[in-house]
Amino acid sequence: MARMKFLCDADRCIECNACVTACKNEHDIPWGINRRRVVTINDGKPGERSVSMACMHCTDAPCAAVCPVNCFYTTADGVVLHSKDLCIGCGYCFYACPFGAPQYPKVGNFGSRGKMDKCTYCAGGPETDLSAAEYGSRENGQFTGYGSNRLAEGKLPLCAEMCSTKSLLAGDGEIIAQIYKERVVRRGYTSGAWGWQTAYRETIAS
Amino acid sequence: MARMGFVLRSLIAALCLWLAAAATPPAAAQQPSSVNPTAQSVKEQELLKELQRIQGRSSLPDARTRVLEQPAGREWRQFHQVTLRWIGAIVILGMLAVLLLFYLIRGMVRIEAGRSGRTVVRFNAFERFVHWMTATCFIVLALSGLNVTFGKELLTPLIGPEAFAGWAQWAKYAHNYLSFPFTLGVVLMFLLWIAWNFPSGTDVRWIREGGGIVGNGHPPARRFNAGQKMIYWVVVLGGGAAAVTGYLLMFPFYATDVTGMQTAQMVHGIVGMLFIAIMLAHIYIGTIGMQGAFEAMGKGEVDVNWARQHHSLWLDNEIRKGRVGGGSVAPAE
Repeated sequence: MARMKFLCDADRCIECNACVTACKNEHDIPWGINRRRVVTINDGKPGERSVSMACMHCTDAPCAAVCPVNCFYTTADGVVLHSKDLCIGCGYCFYACPFGAPQYPKVGNFGSRGKMDKCTYCAGGPETDLSAAEYGSRENGQFTGYGSNRLAEGKLPLCAEMCSTKSLLAGDGEIIAQIYKERVVRRGYTSGAWGWQTAYRETIAS
Repeated sequence: MARMGFVLRSLIAALCLWLAAAATPPAAAQQPSSVNPTAQSVKEQELLKELQRIQGRSSLPDARTRVLEQPAGREWRQFHQVTLRWIGAIVILGMLAVLLLFYLIRGMVRIEAGRSGRTVVRFNAFERFVHWMTATCFIVLALSGLNVTFGKELLTPLIGPEAFAGWAQWAKYAHNYLSFPFTLGVVLMFLLWIAWNFPSGTDVRWIREGGGIVGNGHPPARRFNAGQKMIYWVVVLGGGAAAVTGYLLMFPFYATDVTGMQTAQMVHGIVGMLFIAIMLAHIYIGTIGMQGAFEAMGKGEVDVNWARQHHSLWLDNEIRKGRVGGGSVAPAE
């Protein structure tokens, strides 16, 4: 069984934000929620690197561990998903996540958190695959559901598919690690696979 | 002849120089440089060692998106899932065990002279209202708070995940809304009783003599004895700390970033657990621990013999002011 992972090649990312736009458009994400974002380290200085970051779908997911209502589950592919029906919007998953993946709409009492939303690896949620309930509704200021389910259609996440430089790789961990290793050998240097140590307890060709 | 020789030699020299120049490959331009500027790429682990978290710049307006990685999240997870649960279990279950043992050994502290039937007003209606409003809120806040830390392990096997999530959602609303009357109650209690809660010499003697509950002494006390003063300050300071950190958590990222939120949650959790344990002792002494104690806050009036035994200095004061009703009472002349 494939174990799905993300890998952002920090040496190739040009901060074009195509991944951000693709994700936002595909799942009709409302204003204020950013499932995927591009962070630039050392902007303008030598050694500037950009990294595209969303949920890493960690092996021992800290978000799942601290959730007071156990709304998270990991699929057979290793994708970490959650149920918005069980979520109580407490915010603990954001405190625990090393990557800041969970996002909350500001619709709750006192303008505080609504139900948590995060990158789903384009794999939807607990509702029936490819149903309207799974995609959810954006009417009347609502943000229900999880967006489109590409994995059920046999496709990979749209952010990686749209990446202009193929710096963001998504798919079976073995395959993308192999692609990355080949790049490292050809280049002769590497920044390492960002986030892999924290998320999957692995390193590649460092 | 010599001149032609000179010219010829010059030409040959020029030709040789040109050939030499043409034949020499341009050295630095074609070979790879021995210094690869991008080889100084910093790896994730090195950055994590240097910085508490990795952050840069992002094109999105939300400031939180600038943080790339905050490893402190894993330490917070360890605290919340492991450390706080141990603290809570030890402190709360330990206190229950201590109280049970204490009751079995010491029993209820009786009014030694028996009830006289005459009463004196101890707390007026407003004070009692404030106390009970705060106390009821505290019970609900305590239970809903404990639910966040222990709930999923204890309750999900009993009622299933959907029912538990529904209960947890309402518990969270209750916790957030009741925080306001609770905070108001703590502030009012602080103002109402501050005058009688400053430590004094009487308290030192009271503690030394075991407060009448450890051993059989009868140390004098004013309106509030040293034990009550400690409870007062625990409520005011602990309640204050819980309120401040609680509001930081309830209005997320208004005043602080994710590190501040983690710290606020840790303080809130620890204060909460200790608060619950100490309030268990307070509830014990106010109900089964001492005969005649509950009516102080229940009806507002206490038996004169109870007051004589536990708050003699306060009772003398009340007698002097003519507030003790019924029967013949020898006034302090």
